[in-house]
Amino acid sequence: MDWFLNAGDDPVHKFLLMIIAIALFVVVMALILFVVDRRRNPSKWFVAGGFVGPALLLLAAGLLYPAVGTFVNSFQNRNGSAFVGLDNYIRAFSEPAFLLVLGNTALWVLVAPALATFIGLVYAVVVDHSRFEKFAKALVFLPMAISMVGAGIIWKFVYEYKPDQPGIEQTGLLNQLIVWLGGTPVQFLLERPANTFLLMVVLIWIQTGFAMTLLSASIRAIPTDIVEAARLDGLSGFGMFWRITIPSIRPALVVVLTTIAMTTLKAFDIVRTMTAGRYGTSVVANEFYEQSFRQNSAGMGAALAVLLFIIVIPVIIYNVRQMRLAEEVR
Amino acid sequence: MSTAQPAVTPKVTAPPSTVGDRARKAKKALTSPWASTLAIVIAILWTVPTFGLLVTSFRPELDIRRSGWWTVFGDAFAGEGVFSMRNYETALFGSSTNLIDYFVNSFVITLPAVFIPITIALLAAYAFAWIDFKGRDFLFVMVFALQIVPIQITLIPLLSAYVDTGINGTFWPIWLSHSMFALPLAIFLLHNFMKDVPSSLVEAARVDGAGHVQIFFKVMMPLLTPAIAAFGIFQFLWVWNDLLVGLVMGSTSTSPLTVRIAEMAGSRGGDWHVLSAGAFISIIVPLIVFLALQRFFVRGMLAGSVKG
Repeated sequence: MDWFLNAGDDPVHKFLLMIIAIALFVVVMALILFVVDRRRNPSKWFVAGGFVGPALLLLAAGLLYPAVGTFVNSFQNRNGSAFVGLDNYIRAFSEPAFLLVLGNTALWVLVAPALATFIGLVYAVVVDHSRFEKFAKALVFLPMAISMVGAGIIWKFVYEYKPDQPGIEQTGLLNQLIVWLGGTPVQFLLERPANTFLLMVVLIWIQTGFAMTLLSASIRAIPTDIVEAARLDGLSGFGMFWRITIPSIRPALVVVLTTIAMTTLKAFDIVRTMTAGRYGTSVVANEFYEQSFRQNSAGMGAALAVLLFIIVIPVIIYNVRQMRLAEEVR
Repeated sequence: MSTAQPAVTPKVTAPPSTVGDRARKAKKALTSPWASTLAIVIAILWTVPTFGLLVTSFRPELDIRRSGWWTVFGDAFAGEGVFSMRNYETALFGSSTNLIDYFVNSFVITLPAVFIPITIALLAAYAFAWIDFKGRDFLFVMVFALQIVPIQITLIPLLSAYVDTGINGTFWPIWLSHSMFALPLAIFLLHNFMKDVPSSLVEAARVDGAGHVQIFFKVMMPLLTPAIAAFGIFQFLWVWNDLLVGLVMGSTSTSPLTVRIAEMAGSRGGDWHVLSAGAFISIIVPLIVFLALQRFFVRGMLAGSVKG
């Protein structure tokens, strides 16, 4: 039995296990569908159960049940042995260390999506219909394929600092630029509160491609008669952009902003890779990991996870509302 | 950006604009010096950091410590530049890094974690789109709403369940977790695509005596290939690039590349020769997949968010 569970360090065994897992899954699904298909005059429930059952089972076991568990945990102490009421939440909103984390998270959610969307929009407008459009878009689009860990390393190298001594050259691009301009090098990742913004740059760098692609598509979808009518009315350049383009792509803007905001909330990879939450850069998602798996404070970790969930809710409600409005207009 | 635009366009003298004329005018407006400068600045900011680390990954360790990567161009001009694959060898096979093992792990994790949720989601999406059962709409809304649950909220109870069943530390929890987390978005997206299939096709198959299973395989699957590709790429990127699940569920023999590299960034933060090579080892696979299948990815992305 253990052979089917644990592959140890043997790569061949790992690949075999992978193939077995897939094969096992295929057999199970085939069996379910076979049974559904064979039954003469099956009830609707039976068929629907066969199709939707596996998904619902996994969702209940993998999302619903654990979420409820975490919710309960958040009212318990660090090892879950006693209920402590709202203590964890009170701590989260009173201790300076946690307040800093909450403040940082708020900054991330307010700044990063807005900047990524803005840059993406501007870039989409600027390169649209230019000769190098495809290539220019690919350049900004590419970071989307890079993991936040990889992007974190790429940017950490940009921020690299070497002591300011004769004979020592800077190896980080940003510090070298400062030196070329006659300044003294800075330990960027240690400078609060600037370091939080420098970490945000990485997320913006990754997400701008997403914003650009979606917004570019919805700009294309603006009916030409609207644009023509506005042009006849004498609008052009910035006026056209502000009065026609922006209102026309409003629904897409909301989708882009909220999607990036949710990514921002859940993403802890960047902070983890670049500073591990030190130097006052931690965010809720990172602190959740820190409390749950480093400090072994399960109750606090659970409370932070629940907070993360609560922060997401208004974003979603806003999103759904905007979508409804857009549909009504249509 | 300034709101005032310098009036550089000459007075209109030509008769009403033709298509070619309009195209020329559009091009002119967009290639204004400001716009071009802006585009170039953004393009540079978005490529130079990656390029710098890429160059670094091919430089000898000592050079990386002593000088910036931009100096290679001057050196190469003077015929001094040395590039080598040494860092990649060290990162992949060196006894203290051994990234090749983690590369295998990433691969072994990703394949089932893409295949399994897509299959399950396809079946569920079909039921939500084409089987008329009671409570369908309610269930679908529930699944849609589950998209917003941050996976953080599920991790600790899941982990203790894995420990209780004795599968913790193997690949099984990682495969399972990724499959479960992918479902809400997968079902929602694939459902949108399935709804777009003309009902006449389904009706025709039904009249021919086909059951739901046959309709699923013979009518839906061929039409859905682009949608499957789109979500497949998305899920592939998500799993391959994931850190959180790998970090929480992985063990020393199952952790993916991202976990090892994030760890190296912490413990060997100054060793840029292995870090740079390591980063590119982890980036290269998603980059190739992404570039090769970009078309599908963009289409899927647009369908997912604009349709809503």
